[in-house]
Amino acid sequence: MGFEPRIVGFLCNWCSYTGADLAGTARIHYAPNVRVIRVMCSARVDPTFVVKALAEGADGVLICGCHPGDCHYSEGNYKAMRRFPLLGRLLRDYGIEEDRVRLEWVSASEGKRFAEIVDDMTERVRRLGPSRVKTLLEADRVER
Amino acid sequence: MPEKKLQIALYWGAACGGCDVAVLDTNEFVIGVGFLVDIRLWPIAADGKYRDVEAMADGELDCTLFHGAIRNSENEHLAKLLRRKSKVLVALGSCAHLGGIPGLANQVTKQEILERVYLDNPSIEAGNRVVPLPSTRVDAGELEIPRFYRRVYRLDDVVPVDYYVPGCPPAPEQVKAALQALVNGTLPPARSVIGASNRTVCDDCRRRKEEKKVTRFHRPWEILQDPDRCLMEQGILCAGSATRSGCGVRCPDSGMPCRGCYGPAPNVIDQGAKFVSAVSSIVDSKDPREIERILGDIPDILGYAYRFGLPASLLQRSIR
Ligand code: SF4
Ligand code: FES
Repeated sequence: MGFEPRIVGFLCNWCSYTGADLAGTARIHYAPNVRVIRVMCSARVDPTFVVKALAEGADGVLICGCHPGDCHYSEGNYKAMRRFPLLGRLLRDYGIEEDRVRLEWVSASEGKRFAEIVDDMTERVRRLGPSRVKTLLEADRVER
Repeated sequence: MPEKKLQIALYWGAACGGCDVAVLDTNEFVIGVGFLVDIRLWPIAADGKYRDVEAMADGELDCTLFHGAIRNSENEHLAKLLRRKSKVLVALGSCAHLGGIPGLANQVTKQEILERVYLDNPSIEAGNRVVPLPSTRVDAGELEIPRFYRRVYRLDDVVPVDYYVPGCPPAPEQVKAALQALVNGTLPPARSVIGASNRTVCDDCRRRKEEKKVTRFHRPWEILQDPDRCLMEQGILCAGSATRSGCGVRCPDSGMPCRGCYGPAPNVIDQGAKFVSAVSSIVDSKDPREIERILGDIPDILGYAYRFGLPASLLQRSIR
């Protein structure tokens, strides 16, 4: 059996989740590898959520929010935009490859774009192979 | 008849000894403690052999203050031994609590460390480039040294811990308060952080807080700082917002930013992730390229975000 990446997706309620919904209702075929968690805004995605997902065995994490300027809470996605580069550098220092974590803007009408992002990310993560984070943490555990 | 004196031990794992100094810095208090307790083991200040500890009955010690991280098999062995012999086990200081400065070694492999220390270090003479082995045969028999682990652990990773006293080192008043609670029998419920507060360092910081909008980050020595204004607002990285208070805000009071030694603030799961969030949120730009440039001023984000607690972070170590 080939490796099927498990990707956790944090989608903002107002644009990206609706966009993903549209991909479904429009019956677009795309990779089934993203497990979606709906959040109210991309700003709700605390960097802790991302490291937690990776620590628990996610092969990738996708964050989607409204396009800059379109956030339902007007500035939320700028907060996500500012957090992402530093979080990315932190993860790289941890030895986690760049392609495993991604931030994208998807509007409510961009079902097709959402499907393309998921397909592309799934392929990239597939090429990287399974994340070793959880296996290594388990191998490290000491008998108390 | 006087009550039986409390039996206590102090021990160090992978540590610098600063926690011992913090205990000694309680000055006349620690001398007074001698009248209230019997110190059965304290390598830095008193005699006492491992075999004396091994000979004790289980639970014979009322308390062990353990400082230092778990870096090798000796640290783990003593942690387990002292756990068995003690009614109460306290993780004293950042290393025992969170992995501490030694925990930063979780960014590199055991192999890299051994090569750096014993082979590539420029101060080693050519003929002396030898990596010590856990056991060596000599004429008199087999010599053994502790096994060096592939990563650093906090005390809690190898034995159950009853209390945590944070700090690198803990503030002497807090060590004193913890010792007093032990002597008076007024310790809170087990598994709690003691000798600290439930606020963040920012909550207790006396600096003036205004709007935080930063377009450049600086190392502390690169600018002339306003001594009364929040350091973050001046572009100096300060971990106060992600860090538990109780230290007395000594660093920001002395013109230096908080480095986070008291560990994650209450309800913070991952101190570094929260720190990253706080730092990013004050960047004053909406342009992705400019944001990258501003944040690019920050060197070694992993080392800064988890300076005292990489082994206690959710990811614990770099993948190598
Ligand atoms: S960030 Fe640092 S200087 Fe600013 S309020 Fe918090 S502890 Fe004080
Ligand atoms: S609501 Fe969509 S990013 Fe804020």
